[in-house]
Amino acid sequence: MKYIDEFQDPALARRLLEEIRSTVTRPWALMEVCGGQTHTIIRHGIDQLLPDQVELIHGPGCPVCVTPLEVIDKALEIASRPEVIFCSFGDMLRVPGTGRDLFRVRSEGGDVRVVYSPLDALKIAQQNPDREVVFFGIGFETTAPPNAMTVYQARRLGIRNFSLLVSHVRVPPAIEAIMQSPNCRVQAFLAAGHVCSVMGVGEYPQLAERYGVPIVVTGFEPLDILEGVRRTVAQLERGEHTVDNAYPRAVRPEGNPAALAMLEDVFEVTDRSWRGIGVIPASGWRLSPRYRDYDAEYRFSVTGIDTREPAQCRSGEVLQGLLKPHECEAFGTICTPRTPLGATMVSSEGACAAYYLYRRLDMKKTAPLEASSVG
Amino acid sequence: MPTRGDVTASATPSSSTPPLDPTAWTCPAPLRDHPRIVMGHGGGGALSAELVQHIFAPAFGGEVLAQMGDAASVSMGGARLAFSTDSFVVRPLFFPGGSIGDLAVNGTVNDLAMSGARAAYLSCGFILEEGVELSVVARVADAFGAAARNAGVEVATGDTKVVEAGHGDGIFINTAGIGLIPAGIDLRPQRVVPGDVVIVSGAIGVHGVAIMSVREGLEFGVEIESDCAALGGLVEAMLSVTGDLHVLRDPTRGGLAASLNEIAAASGTGIVIQERKVPVPPPVANACAILGLDAMYVANEGKLVAFVPREHADAVLDAMRAHPLGRDAAVIGEAVEAHPGMVVARTGLGGTRVVDLPVGEQLPRIC
Repeated sequence: MKYIDEFQDPALARRLLEEIRSTVTRPWALMEVCGGQTHTIIRHGIDQLLPDQVELIHGPGCPVCVTPLEVIDKALEIASRPEVIFCSFGDMLRVPGTGRDLFRVRSEGGDVRVVYSPLDALKIAQQNPDREVVFFGIGFETTAPPNAMTVYQARRLGIRNFSLLVSHVRVPPAIEAIMQSPNCRVQAFLAAGHVCSVMGVGEYPQLAERYGVPIVVTGFEPLDILEGVRRTVAQLERGEHTVDNAYPRAVRPEGNPAALAMLEDVFEVTDRSWRGIGVIPASGWRLSPRYRDYDAEYRFSVTGIDTREPAQCRSGEVLQGLLKPHECEAFGTICTPRTPLGATMVSSEGACAAYYLYRRLDMKKTAPLEASSVG
Repeated sequence: MPTRGDVTASATPSSSTPPLDPTAWTCPAPLRDHPRIVMGHGGGGALSAELVQHIFAPAFGGEVLAQMGDAASVSMGGARLAFSTDSFVVRPLFFPGGSIGDLAVNGTVNDLAMSGARAAYLSCGFILEEGVELSVVARVADAFGAAARNAGVEVATGDTKVVEAGHGDGIFINTAGIGLIPAGIDLRPQRVVPGDVVIVSGAIGVHGVAIMSVREGLEFGVEIESDCAALGGLVEAMLSVTGDLHVLRDPTRGGLAASLNEIAAASGTGIVIQERKVPVPPPVANACAILGLDAMYVANEGKLVAFVPREHADAVLDAMRAHPLGRDAAVIGEAVEAHPGMVVARTGLGGTRVVDLPVGEQLPRIC
C-alpha cells in the first residue's frame, strides 16, 4: 500500500534492527517525545525487537495527556452552558475532568460536537449565529497553526460568535525541563517529526549542545522509528551530540514559514501548566492581545472551578520518563482505559493506554487454562 | 522502581515561576459510573456489554437470554428456531453501497445466519420523525423490500410510529427475525477449542469507513462502498462442506476485535491472529491511518468470522472463496491454549500486542 506499506517493510526493519544490534555496545536510554511515536513502538512491538541495551523512554508528547485538569474543567463548564455549541477533536471527549468528561456533559444535555478540523467549528458558528461556538484548541506545534488560522479567519470574516479555549504547548521547553530533572536518565531524544515540520529544527542545536544529547528528528511509521533509533545509537556510541534529521521527507530545517507566520500573528508565548509535570516557563501559547475577543476564557469568564485530583495516579512520572506505565501500582488494576485514573491511560496516544492496549500480556501472568472452559 | 523526582524549571524566560514539583501532581477520580447513557453504551464494546450484564439481563432473567449469541436458539414443537432482533439508527439514511433499509434487513438476517439458520420471517418497526419526506420513507421501504427478497425472507408483520420533530433522526427501524436451525448444527463460542482456525470472509472495516466518509464529509481520494450484504447464502455454502463449524459471528459494531474478544471470553481459549493476514483494503487502511483508528475496531455489515476445526479449514475456505461474498476469505489466526480469554496479534515486524475489547466507540485522534 502506497505510503504505508513502504514504511512497515519487515525485511527493511530486520536490516535496521541488525545494524542497531551490531552498533550498540552498552546501555542507552532514548526518549521518544511524541505519543504517536509511543503508540507505533508499542503497537508494532518495536521495543521488544530492539536489543536490551536500547531502552525507549516515553516522553510527554501526548497533547491530550498534558492538558491541565483545570483547562478540562473549564471546558466542561463552558460546554454545559445552554447557549454554547462546544466543538472538540474526538479524543478529548473521554478525558476525565473533575468527576466527569465531555461525553457526560453531552448526556446531560450539553451540545458537544466532534469535529475533524477547527474550520468545521467555524462553519458551525456561521450556521448558528444565535449560538456561541467554542473550539477546544489543545495540542502541540502541530495543531496550533490551524487553530491560529481559524481565529484569523473568524476575525477576517467578522464572525463574532466563535471563540477558542486555548491550551497549546511547545515541545522544546519541555525537553529542557526534562533534562534539568535531577533524576533524568534520558541520553538522547527522538524528536517529533510533525512538530519539526512546522517549527523547523532551530531550537534544537542549543539544547543538544547544552545538555550533550543527540536529537534525531524522527517520523511515525515503524521504519521511521527504527531509523531514528539507529542514528541516535550511532551518535551515542561515537560520543556525539548533534541534531540530525531522519525525517527529511516531511521536515525542512526552516519549518513551515506560512504556519510560523500564522502562529506569530495570532498567538504569543506564555508559561503553561502541563498536566503531570507542572508549570514550564514559556512552554505554551495563548491568544495575543489583538485576538483577545476570541479567547473563550475571557468571553465566558469561567470562575468557581473546583479542581480536584486524588493522589493514586503517577502519570506525571510516566510523562517525564521516570516510571514505566506497568511499574505503577494502579496499572491494569484500578486504572484501565475503562476506568482511567489519569490522562495517560485515557488518551489514545497516552503511554499507559499503549501499554494496556497492546502489551499487558507481557505484564501479568495468565491464568492456567481451565479444562471445563474448553468446549 | 524509580523514585519520584523533581523537575527544575528552566531559568530562562520566567524566573519568577516556582520550581516544578511533579510530586504535587495528582490525577482525577475514575469515572466508573455514568449516571446517564453515553454514546459508548451503544458502541458494541465494554460499555455495551456492561449495560446488558448489569441492567437488562438481571431485569429480564431467563436461560435463553443467557446464551448471549447474535441470535437466540429456541425450541418450539420439536423444531430449533433462531430468533433475533436489532435496531437501526444509522445516519445518514443513504450511503455508498446501501441504506438504512438494507441494513435493517441484512443485520437481522445475518444474526440468524450466524446460528446456522436460514431466515424465514421478519418483522419491521418503523419509527418516523415528524417532517420526514414521504419520498424518503418510500425509498427506504423499497430498499427494505428489495433486501428482504434478495435474502429470501418474508416480511410478516410490522408497525409504524411517529415521534415529534427533534425527537428522532429521520427514520429508525427495528427488525426481528426468525429462522429454522437445521438438525445437527450447533454454533456457539463454547465449542471453540485450541487449534481451531480463524477465518474471515473478506475485507474488514469497509462499512464503518464508508459511513464515516459520508457522515463527516471526509474524502479519502476514492469512494468506499459499504459491504452491506445478507450472509445466509455464504453460511449455507460453508455448512454444505461440514456441519461441524464451531462458531460464526458477524463483526458489526466494535468490529473484528469485539467479535474475537467475545469469542475468547465465552470459549475460555486464547486467540492469536497474524496482523498482516487480516484483509484491510488500502482505502480503509489509509482512512484509518489519517483518523488514528484501528481497522480491527471498525464496523462491518457483510462479513463473518468463523472458527473452524483445523481438519475442515481448507475445505471451508475453498467453499467460501467459491461464493461471491467470500471471494477474499482468509485464514487470519487460530485459537490457542495460551492466554485464555485474550486476543493477541502478531505484528508484521514480529512483535506481539493485545487486541482488546473496545471501551465504547473509537474516537478520531487529535493529530
